[in-house]
Amino acid sequence: MSKGTLYDATKCIGCRACQVACKQWNELPAEKTTNSGTYENPPKMTAYTFTKINFTELEHNGKFQWVFNKQQCMHCQEPGCAEACIVGALVKTEGGPVTYDEGKCIGCRYCMVACPFGIPNFEWDKPLPWIRKCTFCADRQGAGLKPACVTTCPTGALTFGERDELIAEAQRRIAEHPDKYVNHIYGVQEVGGTSWLYLSPVPFEEIGFPTLPSAPVTINAERAMAAVPPVLVGVAAAMAGIYWLVQRQQKIGQKAGEEEKQKEKVK
Amino acid sequence: MRQLRQSLPTGTFVLGCLVILGLIPIVIRYLNGLGAISNLSDGRPWGFWISFDLYCGVALAAGGFTLAGVVYIFGREKYHSVARPAILTAFLGYLLVILALLVDLGQPWYIWHAMIYWNIHSPLFEVAICVMTYTLVLALEFSPAVFERLSELNLPVIRRFNWHIPLRIIRAIQIPLVIAGIVLSTLHQSSLGSMLLMMPHTLHPLWYTPVLPLLFLLSAISVGPAMVIFESTLSTRAFGHELAIDVLSGLGRAIPYILGLYLLLKLVDLLVAGELGLIFTAYPINLLWWTEVIIGVVTPIILLSRPAIRQSRRGVFWSSVLVIFGLVLNRFNVSMLALGMRPGFTYFPHWMEVAISVALVADALLVIWLSYRFLHIAEHGEAVAE
Repeated sequence: MSKGTLYDATKCIGCRACQVACKQWNELPAEKTTNSGTYENPPKMTAYTFTKINFTELEHNGKFQWVFNKQQCMHCQEPGCAEACIVGALVKTEGGPVTYDEGKCIGCRYCMVACPFGIPNFEWDKPLPWIRKCTFCADRQGAGLKPACVTTCPTGALTFGERDELIAEAQRRIAEHPDKYVNHIYGVQEVGGTSWLYLSPVPFEEIGFPTLPSAPVTINAERAMAAVPPVLVGVAAAMAGIYWLVQRQQKIGQKAGEEEKQKEKVK
Repeated sequence: MRQLRQSLPTGTFVLGCLVILGLIPIVIRYLNGLGAISNLSDGRPWGFWISFDLYCGVALAAGGFTLAGVVYIFGREKYHSVARPAILTAFLGYLLVILALLVDLGQPWYIWHAMIYWNIHSPLFEVAICVMTYTLVLALEFSPAVFERLSELNLPVIRRFNWHIPLRIIRAIQIPLVIAGIVLSTLHQSSLGSMLLMMPHTLHPLWYTPVLPLLFLLSAISVGPAMVIFESTLSTRAFGHELAIDVLSGLGRAIPYILGLYLLLKLVDLLVAGELGLIFTAYPINLLWWTEVIIGVVTPIILLSRPAIRQSRRGVFWSSVLVIFGLVLNRFNVSMLALGMRPGFTYFPHWMEVAISVALVADALLVIWLSYRFLHIAEHGEAVAE
C-alpha cells in the first residue's frame, strides 16, 4: 500500500512550524532573506528549503480570504523526474516516497526540467552539487514514524496515512461541509495522481496550483521510447538492404559494360 | 598554399586566445560551483550550453551520417571527396558535446555512471549511450586518415609498424560501421526530441507535439548537407582545394525535398492537433515560429529549387546558411525560448557561459586546421571521383 498526506488548507494557520521541522530533520541551513512585504519566507524553495507555506490574499464569494498552501514534492504516482533520470537515481518507491540516490546522480538536471510542479532544486553554489528535494521523510517512514512536518503540525492540517483512505477522508470532509471546500481534491487525478492530496476553500488555480490534466507527463516519452527497438532493427535492415541493392546494380552495370566492350571487340 | 601561410597564423592566434579565455570560467566553476559562472537557476536549470552545445551541436554534426550514408550505402561516389571532411567535423562536434557536458554536469566525474546505472525509460539515457557509441564509430570511420598518414611518415619508431594492418581492418568493417553510424544517429537525433516530450506543460504547444522525434530527425537530415556545403565553402577559402560545383549543387538539390517533408509534417501536425490558429494568435511567441519557418525552411526551399541558384557557389552557400540558421533557431526555441520557466525567474546567458562554448568551437577549428595541414582531408577521394 502507498502512503500519502492530506493537506487541508482550511485548517492551516500559516505558522510554518512544518518549514522549521523540515529544516531540523534534514539538517538544512537557514537562508538569508529580506522582507518581501508578506509573511511568506523564504521567497522561493531552494536546495536548502524543501517545503514552504505560500500565503495568498484573495476575494472569494464576496469575502476576503487569506489562504495558505504547503508546497513540497508531490511524490507523483508516475513521476516525470524518475522517468527522466538518466541513471535511475530518482525512484518511486512502493510505499509512496520518490527517493533520490546521490550515489548515482551525475547532476544533469533533467529531473528539474521534467517536473510538472517545478520541485527538484540544485546546489548552484557548491563545486560538488547535488539535486535536493523533499524526501517525504522516507527515512522516518522506514522507522515507523510520520514525516517531520506532519508530526509537528499543531492544527491537524496535515494528515498522514494510506493514500486510498485519505481520499475517502477528503471526500467525507467535502460532503460534510460543501460550503467550506471547493469540490476538488487536488492530487487524485493530476498527472496520474500524487501521494500528496489537497483540500482548499478556493479554486486551486487561484492559490498557485498548476492546472494539470490527468494524463501522466511521461505518456508521450514512453511511447517514443517503446519505438526505439523496432526503429533500430528497421533502419539497420533498410540500410543493409539498400547497400545490397546498390552493389548488385553496380555489378550488373559493370558486367553489361564489359559485355558491350567485348561485343565491340568482336565486331 | 600561399594563402594558407598568410591567413592562418593570425587566425590560429585568435583561436588560441579564445581557448585560453574559455579556461578561466572552467576553473571558477570547479572552485565555486555552477552558480558562479552562469545565470542558470532552479527556474532555468538548462540554458545556453544545453541549447547550443547539445541541441545545436548534435544536429549540426548530422553531416557525418548523412554523407557517409550517401557515399557508402547509396554508392554515390561523386560525394566521396566531401565525406571525409564531413566525418571529421561530425567527430569533433560530438567530442565538443561531451566536453561541454563536463562543464554543464553537476558531477562530471561520474559521467560514466550512465554506462552502469541504466534507466532504459529515460530518453536522455538513449541519447547518452548513442552519443558515446557514435563518437567511437566516428573515430573509427575517421581513423584511416590518420593511419594513411602514419604509413607515409619516415619517422623512427613509427615506420617499423605496418600501418596497413589497421587500415585493412577498418576497410573490412567499413560498411557495418557506416550502418551502425546511421542507426545510432537516427536514434539519438530523434531522442533529443523525445527528451522534450517530458515537458507537455512547459513547452509551448506551437512546438510540443508527439511527433517531435520525427521532426528532429528530419531537420537534422536536412541540415547535414547544408553543413557540408557551409564547411567546404569556408575550407575552400582557408585551404584551397575548390570543390566541384557539381558536388555542391547536388547536395543543395536534396535539401528542398527533406525540408519540404519537414514543413508538411509540422503543418499537418498542428492542423490535426487543432492548434494551427496559434501561429496567428500566440503573439509574441509566434514571431519565433514564423522566423524559423520563413527564413530557415520556406526561403531555402524556394532558393534551392531554382537551378540558377544551385549552379552558383554563392547561391548554394547562402541558402545553406539559411537552413543552418533555421535549425539553430528551432533548437533554441524548443529547448529555451519557448520552454516555460518556473514562475518568478528570468534568464539571459552569462558571458562566461558563452565564453566556454566559444572556446570549445575554437578548439574544434584548431583541430580542423591541424588536420588539414597534416592529414589528407580535402584531396582524399578526388582520385576515386576521377
